[in-house]
Amino acid sequence: MTTSLPMPKVGPMQAAAPKPMRLVLNWGRRYSLWVFNFGLACCAIEFIATSMARHDFIRLGVIPFAPGPRQADLMVVSGTVTDKMAPAVRRLYDQMPEPKYVISFGACSNSGGPYWDSYCVTKGVDQIIPVDVYVPGCPPRPEALLQGILKLQEKIAAEQVRGASLRERLGSAVGRSSVAAQVSRPLVQPPSDGLQDNAE
Amino acid sequence: MARRELTVGVGAGDLATADMVLNIGPQHPATHGVLRLRVTLDGERIMAADPIVGYMHRGAEKLFEVRDYRQILVLANRHDWLSAFSNEIGLALAVERMLGMDVPERATWARTLLTELNRVLNHLMFLGSYPLELGAITPIFYAFREREELQAVMEEISGGRMHYMFNRVGGLREDIPAGWLVRVTAAIDAVRRRMPDLESLLVGNEIVHARTRGVGVLTPEVIHAYGVSGPIARASGVDVDLRRDQPYLAYAELFAPGGAGRVVTRTEGDCLARLEVLLEQVQVSLDLAQACVERLSAMPGGPINVKLPKVVKVPEGDDYVATENPLGLNGYYLVSRGEKTPWRLKLRSASFNNVAVLAEVLPGTLLADMVAILGSMFFVVGDIDK
Repeated sequence: MTTSLPMPKVGPMQAAAPKPMRLVLNWGRRYSLWVFNFGLACCAIEFIATSMARHDFIRLGVIPFAPGPRQADLMVVSGTVTDKMAPAVRRLYDQMPEPKYVISFGACSNSGGPYWDSYCVTKGVDQIIPVDVYVPGCPPRPEALLQGILKLQEKIAAEQVRGASLRERLGSAVGRSSVAAQVSRPLVQPPSDGLQDNAE
Repeated sequence: MARRELTVGVGAGDLATADMVLNIGPQHPATHGVLRLRVTLDGERIMAADPIVGYMHRGAEKLFEVRDYRQILVLANRHDWLSAFSNEIGLALAVERMLGMDVPERATWARTLLTELNRVLNHLMFLGSYPLELGAITPIFYAFREREELQAVMEEISGGRMHYMFNRVGGLREDIPAGWLVRVTAAIDAVRRRMPDLESLLVGNEIVHARTRGVGVLTPEVIHAYGVSGPIARASGVDVDLRRDQPYLAYAELFAPGGAGRVVTRTEGDCLARLEVLLEQVQVSLDLAQACVERLSAMPGGPINVKLPKVVKVPEGDDYVATENPLGLNGYYLVSRGEKTPWRLKLRSASFNNVAVLAEVLPGTLLADMVAILGSMFFVVGDIDK
């Protein structure tokens, strides 16, 4: 008779993991960053330029083929976050599995940028989600994004996912859990009356 | 809306079907940006489509009112981020016309050159991204190779890769660098030499034809009703191009008989025609840019801008300047009360009208064609929402 043992996991036990183990985990994480491009405005074009042949961030292990936020490790917010868009940004961030990282790409998502006094622009994406690396510029050059990725990798290499360091990284966002209904609730109302007439 | 009877699939006619509402976006790869489409489906047939705009609304028009005429350019070139230079031009022309300012001839020709290079950059982006949306990944690599080539010369003169900020009221910010025109010629030649690489992937491609021919046909009536402009209108046989019909900058000479300019039109009005117009316009714009380079090389040196007073105040009055941007008609309606900021600056952007037509063209088509039609509208979300 055989007994199936539970799959070994490194989640919460990582805090107690010995240093060589942590090194290996961080090494794996920093060089396989599946990126979810939250392309919002001008900066998204420079993000695409960075992923193309001349600058090519895939050589740094940043892979822009994540099918969606649920399969991504890194979110690059490139462009102006407006108050209307902000709930969607937060929602997609909540859908990403831990450990997750955010790069804020460009002046708009850092602080509002040239739209700092607009009535409908969120003054920095860090008001709604925690940000690891800020890349300045309007829009930043592709080289600046490459530098931002290197900075993030340095940060991941030094990471120690313990309660205290997690709190330091995520601030008030730590311990905030999202129930399934919050991240999968429908965005729209059911069809209006006019459309229901059609179905009759 | 008139009720449409649809029977989809085998025996579906007798089944009770319920409409399904599907949200495309606001964060969806095919919308390249944050456009949201709410489509109502019966099976795979689209019953109704409703573009929901405003996710990228940054309030630029209100911000124009608290910036002086030099600062406005920063915001004005950002609404359509793929044609920043053309956006700057429209505003600079409006302010100059209201001030009654004469711009040096060299500045006019240099502006025309940069506008056309910017048009090529814009079209290359869509020539890469549209096949990507159809499922072909290779063209975008070729498109970006050419973009980098042209961005290098644009960056050399202006310092910016996307948002050039090179226009000033009364001309350009700085003079043309020594030897720059030679490098522009080299870049134009390189792009022209390698364009067949990109074209051969698109022209005559069976899959592209299958996805786009006869799909999303826009009639001239719809074009006129919705105010659609630019390459999309010309693909339906609406022969309007402000560069020829209402010349600004140096276009009067370029579009005169014997000049380098010509207006590209098609009559089919489907997605394929729109793609072909874009491809051919790249060639025309390269010709125009080359003509500008030759003209500038033969021109004696001279001023490139007008010295401005410390405070620029536009006299009281109003004016409307429309330019032919890469994506269509772009207009600025400037109302001044004699202060150093405009009292009102209304922006008429091309993509807003071009996307509004989706509600007309999508119903009745299949969901699989939705991405092909959406992509062929060649829009920039910032240009929709401002």
